[in-house]
Amino acid sequence: MAHAQETVVLQGHIIDSLILAKVLDTIHMMGGTYDVREMKVGASRKDPSHTTIVVRAPSAKLLDEILAAIQPHGAMAERESDCTLEPAPADGILPELFYATTHLPTQVRLDGQWVDVEGIEMDLAIVVNPTCAKVNAVPMHAVKQGDRVVVGRDGVRVVPLERPKERDVFGFMEAQVSSERPHGHILTDIARRMRTLRDESGRGKVLLSGGPAIVHAGGRAALAWLIDQGFIQILFAGNALAAHDMEADLFGTSLGYGLSAGRAVPHGHEHHLRTINRIRAIGSIEKAVKSGVIKEGIMASCVRRNVTVVLTGSIRDDGPLPGVITDSMAAQAAMRAALPGVGLALLVASTLLSIATGNLLPATVPTVCVDVNPSVPTKLADRGSFQAVGLVMDAASFLRELARELGWKG
Amino acid sequence: MSRLLVCPPDYFAVEYEINPWMRLSNRVDRERARAQWYGLMAALEEQAGAILERMSPVAGLPDMVFTANAGVVMSRHAVPSRFRHPVRQKEEQHFERWFRAHGYDVTVLERDLYFEGAGDLLGFPDSWFGGYRQRSDIRVYQRLSEIFGREVIPVELVDSRFYHLDTCFCPLDGGELLYYPPAFDGYAQAVIADRIPEPRRVAVPEADALRFACNAVCIGKHVLLPDGCAETTRLLQTRGYETHPIVLDEFMKAGGSAKCLTLALD
Repeated sequence: MAHAQETVVLQGHIIDSLILAKVLDTIHMMGGTYDVREMKVGASRKDPSHTTIVVRAPSAKLLDEILAAIQPHGAMAERESDCTLEPAPADGILPELFYATTHLPTQVRLDGQWVDVEGIEMDLAIVVNPTCAKVNAVPMHAVKQGDRVVVGRDGVRVVPLERPKERDVFGFMEAQVSSERPHGHILTDIARRMRTLRDESGRGKVLLSGGPAIVHAGGRAALAWLIDQGFIQILFAGNALAAHDMEADLFGTSLGYGLSAGRAVPHGHEHHLRTINRIRAIGSIEKAVKSGVIKEGIMASCVRRNVTVVLTGSIRDDGPLPGVITDSMAAQAAMRAALPGVGLALLVASTLLSIATGNLLPATVPTVCVDVNPSVPTKLADRGSFQAVGLVMDAASFLRELARELGWKG
Repeated sequence: MSRLLVCPPDYFAVEYEINPWMRLSNRVDRERARAQWYGLMAALEEQAGAILERMSPVAGLPDMVFTANAGVVMSRHAVPSRFRHPVRQKEEQHFERWFRAHGYDVTVLERDLYFEGAGDLLGFPDSWFGGYRQRSDIRVYQRLSEIFGREVIPVELVDSRFYHLDTCFCPLDGGELLYYPPAFDGYAQAVIADRIPEPRRVAVPEADALRFACNAVCIGKHVLLPDGCAETTRLLQTRGYETHPIVLDEFMKAGGSAKCLTLALD
């Protein structure tokens, strides 16, 4: 976590004496930030005031320096206790009072020290490694008997998100869902972020989690171009997106519709099955691309650009394609494993995959949810991914406009 | 009538160094100190009309002579000091015993809440000021505010030569304030200026401040202050005060002067 924090209490005649102003000025001048969490002002001059201030600094060392500087002015660290641990009673079973995580940065207090929880996601448990002071967020099914699990709320703190330095659409940190708002500036901001992430190494990867509507609606060429240009490093999709993308390459159709003619082609409904069958015969999507059977499109670009692809299965799947993970817990684990280092997530035209991805993303990752149906971004926000910017828009239009912002001539 | 607690300088000496004025090498001339102390007492009683309560000095406690640090008293309620330096903590029990023996209600502060009495807590009838950062802990002022039901405004002391509030801040009976602004940080200077309007603020020059001009005792129109503070004397006289310069240089060797040698009892 980039920030260290401590809660301090300041009380007495702190307002007229300018002691509160001095403490806040000191925090600010030393390079820290603060939130005044609670403020009770004395009713008359002789009544004391009381305030609780959360002090944050970019490093633990600076935080200590700030706390040492404000302590003589009466700002005392709030009394805090260590977190409570209980062993997991059996594999996959958590202690009754386990702490359930949010997707916000979280710390637990061990032997008086605040330790960052690694791999934070919503709805997980927190497990403390017995041999080192390493703390991980762990899904319920992955807990082993005897794992030391955090229970209750003592010694656990959640760090609110800092406002990003960039003053763009993500700075508002709230889901905006409306088909009646102009979205040009949102696309401009997304494009700016993507260019920064691509051009400045170490800033993070871009994840696109998408549904087959991208292909049906005509966003395939734009997405392939974005991948070819190095703007996307991770793709989450289902069997269908990959199948229809390659169907388009082999047959020029998507679910039997001619992509250029715009109408159903005789026996077109068989095309995706024949595509899946052909790839199954070859053995993998990668081999199909490298052998030249699949030449263009999203999957071809992913193979050529070494994009991390996680294809997850569903009950509705035909085939499925080789590489599609049909064990849902294994698929969840594969998605989770691909997430470290993500700096921007685009969730496009897939209700269930968008929510699944949103559940795995920490709140610190700027996220955009694009769907023609306003209920999808709303649902995502309702399930806790409050940081996601909702965009009510057709998938193809979104990808084309985004690609054009980034220089696509299509 | 002003009643003041004083303690004869029988054992007064510089036996340790806990402020920039103290030098072990700068020995106290005890006879001279005794003569200066009696000079101050005579002026207090005969010229200012004060009533003096003398407490017994204790061997080995050289700073007990500075009774301003015994604690703080309002009406019949006393809060004895909690000294920051261990060498002075031994005085606490004697001051507490004196308050109890003389019928005061005594509130004892927590051990780690440093408070050096009327050396750091001074004020006007409606609001008190508490010096902190050098000796007293800012947190004590909330406790004292609760105990006495008064507003206490903490002010930060930033110059170690002015280590107690009473070395740089002296409320006068006419409502004026004699003080040395650079001893305070900017916030405290702003608060003092906000509470005490300009015509009532009397800023002493540095030369006088370093002679402890602000460590004065004011009783009605009488102000007893260290000798040699010509400008401060003039400023006080133009405001109608009767000034009484007292030679107290032996006590300056320990960083104290007229005010430090007295504690107002009511």
